[in-house]
Amino acid sequence: MTALDRKLWRDLWQLRAQMFAIMLVMACGVATYIMFSSTLDSLQQSRSDYYRDYRFAEAFVSLKRAPQAVAPRLEEIPGVMVAETRVTAWASVDLPGFPETITALITSLPDHGPALLNALYLRQGRSVEPGRDDEVVIDHSFAAAHQLRPGDRIPLIIKGKRRVLTIVGTAMSPEHIYQLRPGAFFPDEQRYAVMWMARTPLGYAYEMKGAFNSVVFRLDGSRSVEDVIDYADDILAPYGGLGAYARADQLSHKFLSEEFKQLDTITRIFPVIFLGVAAFLLNIVVNRLVTTQREQVAVLKAFGYSNAAIALHYIKLVLVVVALAVIVGLAAGVWLGRGLSTIYMGFYRLPYLMFVLRPSLVLNATLFTAAAATLGTLLAVRAAARLRPAEAMRPEPPARYRETLLERLGFKHALAQPTRMIFRHIGHRPFKSTLTVLGIALAGAITTTGLFQGDTVGYMMDIQYNVASREDMSLTFTEPSSRRALHELSSLPGVEYGEVFRNVPVLLRHEHRSYRTSIRGVEVGNQVKRLLDTELRPLPIPVDGVLLTDYLGDLLELRVGDLLTVEVLEGNRRVYQVPVAGLVKEYLGLFAYMDIATLNQLLGEGRAISGAWLAVDATAYGELHQRFKRTPRVASVVERTQDMQNFNRIMEETMLYVAFISTVFSCIIAVGVVYNSARIILTERGRELASLRVLGFTRGEISYILLGELALLTLAALPIGLWLGYALCGYIASTLQNELYRVPLVIDTETYAFSAAVTVAATVISALLVRHKLDKLDLIAVLKTKE
Amino acid sequence: MDTAQHTGPAVFEARGLTKVYQMGEVQVQALRGVDLDLWPGEFVVMLGPSGSGKSTLLNILGGLDVPTAGTVRYQDHDLSVYNDTALTRYRREHVGFVFQFYNLIPSLTARENVALVTEIAEKPMTPEEALRLVGLGDRLDHFPAQLSGGEQQRVAIARAIAKNPAVLLCDEPTGALDVTTGIVVLEAISRINKELGTTTVVITHNSDIAAIADRVIHISDGRVASVEHNARKLDPRELHW
Repeated sequence: MTALDRKLWRDLWQLRAQMFAIMLVMACGVATYIMFSSTLDSLQQSRSDYYRDYRFAEAFVSLKRAPQAVAPRLEEIPGVMVAETRVTAWASVDLPGFPETITALITSLPDHGPALLNALYLRQGRSVEPGRDDEVVIDHSFAAAHQLRPGDRIPLIIKGKRRVLTIVGTAMSPEHIYQLRPGAFFPDEQRYAVMWMARTPLGYAYEMKGAFNSVVFRLDGSRSVEDVIDYADDILAPYGGLGAYARADQLSHKFLSEEFKQLDTITRIFPVIFLGVAAFLLNIVVNRLVTTQREQVAVLKAFGYSNAAIALHYIKLVLVVVALAVIVGLAAGVWLGRGLSTIYMGFYRLPYLMFVLRPSLVLNATLFTAAAATLGTLLAVRAAARLRPAEAMRPEPPARYRETLLERLGFKHALAQPTRMIFRHIGHRPFKSTLTVLGIALAGAITTTGLFQGDTVGYMMDIQYNVASREDMSLTFTEPSSRRALHELSSLPGVEYGEVFRNVPVLLRHEHRSYRTSIRGVEVGNQVKRLLDTELRPLPIPVDGVLLTDYLGDLLELRVGDLLTVEVLEGNRRVYQVPVAGLVKEYLGLFAYMDIATLNQLLGEGRAISGAWLAVDATAYGELHQRFKRTPRVASVVERTQDMQNFNRIMEETMLYVAFISTVFSCIIAVGVVYNSARIILTERGRELASLRVLGFTRGEISYILLGELALLTLAALPIGLWLGYALCGYIASTLQNELYRVPLVIDTETYAFSAAVTVAATVISALLVRHKLDKLDLIAVLKTKE
Repeated sequence: MDTAQHTGPAVFEARGLTKVYQMGEVQVQALRGVDLDLWPGEFVVMLGPSGSGKSTLLNILGGLDVPTAGTVRYQDHDLSVYNDTALTRYRREHVGFVFQFYNLIPSLTARENVALVTEIAEKPMTPEEALRLVGLGDRLDHFPAQLSGGEQQRVAIARAIAKNPAVLLCDEPTGALDVTTGIVVLEAISRINKELGTTTVVITHNSDIAAIADRVIHISDGRVASVEHNARKLDPRELHW
């Protein structure tokens, strides 16, 4: 080892506390990057393996009913490799001891052999056996939620008839990774059950004998999926086809893809912020380190070391810290990434997780961190190396201090000598002081980003469930029903009020843009379900025209007054031109709304409804659920409070984990920044402070000079930090705008308070650590040697 | 110019050296046209009060600084036109420095401080050899903080001569030391000059030290005020101040 390298190790050891703090900050950056990226990679890899291994279909279509004889025509569609017809049935589960309605979606399995597409991943037991009409395979998560096992009996109500089947296995399917029952925004494995039965018994039970109501396709790649969809729609139109769609529009896949997109966005934002701050911090620290070693640099130059050799020396020093940071960050990132992936895996019901850590991720993290650190170092070393050694070795000329503005304004005599020192020192190096303030402010800003997610989601929920959707129960029927159903519902004991709605699957078009969603027909004078304008004021349903979720308006580039093309995907499948009457503020989902009477008229269908929103007496829930279970027409019942609880549970499982980690990391960064700033001030002023001690100043008095400066800088950083936090959250919110949800920029006062508290706490901790150093100042030594 | 006792080319040849510094808001004229020759193997003491410009002259000779005007030649190198890289190479290959405040690297031991220089020199002696030459053969592994001022300065001298430089430039080498320690340090410098034949320049404001030199150059107000030869060089041990 060369003497210069020995110096490097000893310097590192000397600066270990500061270097450790910097290392931690960088490690946080690396860890977030690795955590998010590896989670995303792992989820994508696991999903694509799952899709491949379990033959996830590429196109889908539901219809009212078609005889099996139509099936060969579907198989002959050009571009189709496999067309598998199925029966899907809505049912309800009547679990003893569980009073609420459980919606079941039963999909048929071929009578002989496994499904050609969307194969089952059996977790327990076996699949159904040919010829048995009393066997069922149930979704694994549902089974787990109710502690059901193969061999248990499960009572189902299909088309109003109660049958008790035997569970022979629990399984998962690539078709149901993300499970949503009609009318709900969030998964609920207790109240939604996906199941599989053999085709023939299900056909009997659901009155689909010799017929099918669902087809899934696998393509051979010779035709585009759009061509296949057009063909399929033509063939199935006479049989009540509801519009074929590609995998991209399949509910589970679409949700998952949107979630992955979000994760991808977060993966880009957080690590960049964290690593950026770390690099910035490193730059400041190395700069000051090199400045304090100005003479050593001069000596090295005097003995003939080149600028490059000296720069390399300091870069090596920094790279050791980078290397440590990458190792620590990588280990933490992989550990956290595994944790996060496992959480997501459970949440998305992926059967197995392929934890992926791409070498390129490690390389990126290393290169980015090293580049940021090296750049910071080079800038610092350049300044030191530019000096002629003779100049560098001479003590710096007394710094040009000036009276501060405060003093010139006439407050001079109000300030004691030590206080003047504080102000003048800050004013002496305005750029460096600004950088320190900025560093502390950034650290504070980052702490807001973790909690902000909770704030904004809380706000979204409040608007969604307390201002807009105020129904207690939301009922969805299996198929359009007569409006008379409302009178029946309203007459049930406990139902205080009801409003009906009509849901029609549509393809909305404007110019070359299109979006598949549903139009909701809502009653004029609606009380329970309210639509809000962009200022969140209730918006009445117009008699003519359609209201669009504002984001959908943007997506289709529609403004109020424009004509929207509506392609109805059921019934007569007609195409209409409807004017856009207004935009609705909604944070979840994308919908179109119309007056239900106008919609019925447009569809030429009489006064049909798809479901109802009910206000219900709190004591009547149990009885109502019992009744709805036995009503074949009811496909699903969603309780508002349940949906909110599901949401909160999901939040706790996913977002809070992320928020918690960001908060911990940002606290580490805050302490790292402030501690380093304090240590640097100590290095710069150690001699001055020791001289004051020699002159008779007490420890407390010199602490005041040093810590007073730190306190003042922190004070200046607080408002800037809050503002930066607001800007940072605003940026994050602006990236979290998608079809599933739009995150508004809402930051609670508590979050600001927390951010400020973390900054202040970091300052106090750093002050205590530095104060300890001050107490150990060597007064004699500092006076014996020159600066 | 005094060349009477020397034949052959001078080691250094300075003509019209001028140096102006910007010190904060003040301009300082450190050198005002210095003409000077230094000869091989010579021991020169430059005397002058603080601020006379002697350190500036030494720094320019050592390639630590460049003149504002004038020329300085080292053998066949014109230092006044050298850029930073060339000056660095010059210092690395030819010059040994000793400073008033030692300027040791605090994180390195005596041996390692010397090694810092031997590692980049072409034909160095070993750090141990250099340290033995200054009488520190038994303090090899001590850190600067564990050494007395005189010992630290001798480490600095060992560090300066370990590369076998052609010239040894010492800026107030005894300035921070008491008499006894100062004499030990001067002995070390004198011994190097004698045994290795290194052209040696010591600058000081202590006129008593002048007695150990071959030649004494008085610098005052940025100019060479006078030059004198010592008929009899004293041994440093004979000095007292």
